[in-house]
Amino acid sequence: MSNIILPELGEGITKATVAFWHSKLGDHIQEGDDVVELETDKATFNVPAPASGVIKKILFKEGQEVRIGEALAVVEPQ
Amino acid sequence: MSHSVLCRVKDIGLIDYEEAFLIQKQTVSEVIQGQSDTLLLCEHPVVFTLGRLADERNFLIPPKDIESRGMKILAIDRGGEVTLHGPGQIVTYPIFNLNHFRRDLKHFLYKLEQVAIDLLQDFDIVARRISGQRGVWVGQEKIASLGIGVKKWVSFHGMAINVNTDLNLFSMIKPCGLDVKMTSISKLIGKSVDMKDVKEKIVRNYCRNFDLT
Repeated sequence: MSNIILPELGEGITKATVAFWHSKLGDHIQEGDDVVELETDKATFNVPAPASGVIKKILFKEGQEVRIGEALAVVEPQ
Repeated sequence: MSHSVLCRVKDIGLIDYEEAFLIQKQTVSEVIQGQSDTLLLCEHPVVFTLGRLADERNFLIPPKDIESRGMKILAIDRGGEVTLHGPGQIVTYPIFNLNHFRRDLKHFLYKLEQVAIDLLQDFDIVARRISGQRGVWVGQEKIASLGIGVKKWVSFHGMAINVNTDLNLFSMIKPCGLDVKMTSISKLIGKSVDMKDVKEKIVRNYCRNFDLT
């Protein structure tokens, strides 16, 4: 299984808010596809899929806050 | 020692927001694939843009009235509230690969604000940031607004600065959902400003702040 992690976004940024899920549970995605968009401080940031596969778990809902380094979703590589 | 980053500048003129957004998308793809960082400059015909969760109460005049005056309202795939673009407002879309600078969103926004502050300094206007708010202010009035998107560490959207903008337009909305008064370069210096001059100065300030070639 591959986790989609919220990466370091910069000095002093400790969290971001889930703004929009481009994909949903069960979707088949390609490596590099935008999976989820997060917002911080007037910047929206798209997080890509680290591997091609199927989205097995979505761990945060739109509107929820996520800490840097936390997993947003789980992908089963295929 | 840091090296200069190669950047191309494209003035796309007075252009519809949607058309400019297509150019942005195209440019983002190119920059992701290794094309040089690109700074797009333009102006838009009057358009109100709404983020996904924009609150209708931030329209101080019913949207139907705005549209009946021939002005567009667009729902955009971005966060944030309502804002407005119009002729006389210089809109800059830096499509930059942040790997060439720093993978730091706050830092990037800070530098964009510095570009605006330095540009205004060129017109002898002292501008500032307000702690906790994005944007650039002269006193209590806002003169530049920012909002960026990032895809594969390539930035899009950008910054708009009021030059000769018709400030009455802003009375129709609460810009960015805030109770804020807007100002412009021409209002502050008491005369109209040549956009060509502004564009030259803004490119120079981008080059200086981002060490571009």
